[in-house]
Amino acid sequence: MMRFLVRRLGHAAFLLLGVSVLAFAFSTLAPGNYFDEMRLNPQISAERLSALRADYQVDRPMALRYARWAAALLHGDLGFSFAYNTPVAPLLLIRARNTLLLTGTATVLLWMLALPLGVWSAERLGRPADVALSWATAVLLIVPDLALALGLLVLAVRSGWLPTGGMASVGFEGLPAGQKIRDVALHMVLPVTVLVASALPVLLRHVRAAMAEALEASFLRAAEGHGISRRRLLYRYALPAAAHPLIALFGFSLGALLSGSLLVEVVMSWPGLGPFLLEAILARDLYVVIGGVLLSTLFLVAGNFAADLLLYWADPRIRAEATER
Amino acid sequence: MSTRSRLIICAVVLGALHLGVACAGFFAPYDPAAQDREHPYAPPMRLHFVDARGGIHLRPFAYAQELRTGSFDQYEENTARAIPMRFFARGASYRVLGVLPLRWHLFGTDAPVYLLGTDGYGRDLLSRVLFGGQVSLLAGLIGAGLTLSIGLCIGAAAGFWGGWKDEVLMRVAELFLALPWIYLLFAMRAFLPLAVPPLKAFLLVVVVIGAVGWARPARMVRGIVLSAKERNFVRAARGFGATGGYLLRRHILPETGSVVLTQAAVLVPQFVLAEMTLSFLGLGVPEPVPSWGNLLASLQHYNVLVSYWWMYLPALVMVPFFLGYLVLASLLQGSSRATKIEEAPVEV
Repeated sequence: MMRFLVRRLGHAAFLLLGVSVLAFAFSTLAPGNYFDEMRLNPQISAERLSALRADYQVDRPMALRYARWAAALLHGDLGFSFAYNTPVAPLLLIRARNTLLLTGTATVLLWMLALPLGVWSAERLGRPADVALSWATAVLLIVPDLALALGLLVLAVRSGWLPTGGMASVGFEGLPAGQKIRDVALHMVLPVTVLVASALPVLLRHVRAAMAEALEASFLRAAEGHGISRRRLLYRYALPAAAHPLIALFGFSLGALLSGSLLVEVVMSWPGLGPFLLEAILARDLYVVIGGVLLSTLFLVAGNFAADLLLYWADPRIRAEATER
Repeated sequence: MSTRSRLIICAVVLGALHLGVACAGFFAPYDPAAQDREHPYAPPMRLHFVDARGGIHLRPFAYAQELRTGSFDQYEENTARAIPMRFFARGASYRVLGVLPLRWHLFGTDAPVYLLGTDGYGRDLLSRVLFGGQVSLLAGLIGAGLTLSIGLCIGAAAGFWGGWKDEVLMRVAELFLALPWIYLLFAMRAFLPLAVPPLKAFLLVVVVIGAVGWARPARMVRGIVLSAKERNFVRAARGFGATGGYLLRRHILPETGSVVLTQAAVLVPQFVLAEMTLSFLGLGVPEPVPSWGNLLASLQHYNVLVSYWWMYLPALVMVPFFLGYLVLASLLQGSSRATKIEEAPVEV
């Protein structure tokens, strides 16, 4: 068990290290930095500019800057934002919280929909209900999330049924707590719908395929012969047998919590990491971008790690393999 | 219907769609950059066969749109001015596939007719969608070609060499797989110059898109190369003294053909979407060159979203393309699985 854990952790650490090096390497490829545009500003003197450049050490070689940044990171310091003139970490955390609210809700909904629907569809493999569901998911699959998000926005704006844009209405602060929750929930409907609709077809197909394969197994026919109820058969016997690929996907779902909603957030102007990072990219706010990329990679790695642990717990074959080594 | 004939039908339909976009100049009535300052945000015009007095015409016509008095963006049809369509008319000059100069268009009119409406500069949306498709599809096709070549090279090298080289290459591939690809796209684009001329921006976008996705095809190719190099006929060829390069070229890489083809059908729409996303966010191909992504960018403004719904129409254009690629990918996947079962290697 310990060796398995250590191996996985080492793998995760390697990934994070690689990503941070990669992000830094790209930054040296980039012509120009945050302060270059200030040169055009007549209100900033040359001396002030060179003082700023010296302060932020943008002219030092990359290896040196990386070493300093990495050393600070070990103390929990993600660096300093050029544009906001404050540490990056608190800036990122506020946005990450908003993003997590959105993607967390979407992920829970997604799995609550995909599991029963996939099982239901696998049980009726090839029958009209299953075929109809396959067609519905195919339609969702070919409409890209950008088109779906914009289409829903157009609909919502023209019909006026749902609020669009942002996370809260004007005058949000003055509302009582109950209405605050209702207001945020209403604002979440559109982005969550897009997120669920764009991820559902892929997940549904995986659940259906895994379940269909598990239902073929002869032990299930034996269990059926013993007179075990259909429901128990499906969820207690077949689903665990089909769990292996699903657990890996669940880990991926967890990992994508911070990165999966980027485009949707920008389109729906949800105040999460997406628009924030886009703005930072356009302004060349280096440490904000690297911090954001690193944070989302951390989530991905953690998600994969969680999936590994879950698999270890759920699948005796992996346990055996890990102890053999 | 056999899988083969389905594949042919699918390929023909996809080819026709692409040909339509490649000959955008012919199907588009106007130059994509031509502005009509008299008609900003004109809604799509309707084609009529029956005129206001109930007379039936064989030749379709549109009624001229004129600004409602006292309004700056509300148009009304002037039923006194019918504009008949002339087919195969001469109009703005264009080049077919960037070479052959022509002036023939599918249809032309004496006064402007905007079948999909116009944007804020009075540019014909239909023409822009058609020409934008050239940019987006080309980006997707070249990007996929680039990704597959990188993936093929790295996968083949890793699988063929094995040992520590394989280990290193696959670790790097895992690194690229672990990153969410849209973030990777962003990060790479973030640190490349932002304000560049359209052609350079297009090349940048293609290179960035192409460089991001190589890990998955590389891993697939590696798997096939690993199993192929132990097949008996490869061993036999090696025994006859074939060099590594010859073995790869002649015996091993052809085995990867079906997987590469399937991956291409999967990757092209993904990369078209990637180009659209980047251009939509202002990180890709800039104005005035149209692309499917930057045509949608104006929808980020609330007033456009509220008042000019036809600006959303470009989002629907790619749906038939995506459908075609999805069907193609699933057919290819099915057929390659079928052949794999047929000629499964007999383990000795």
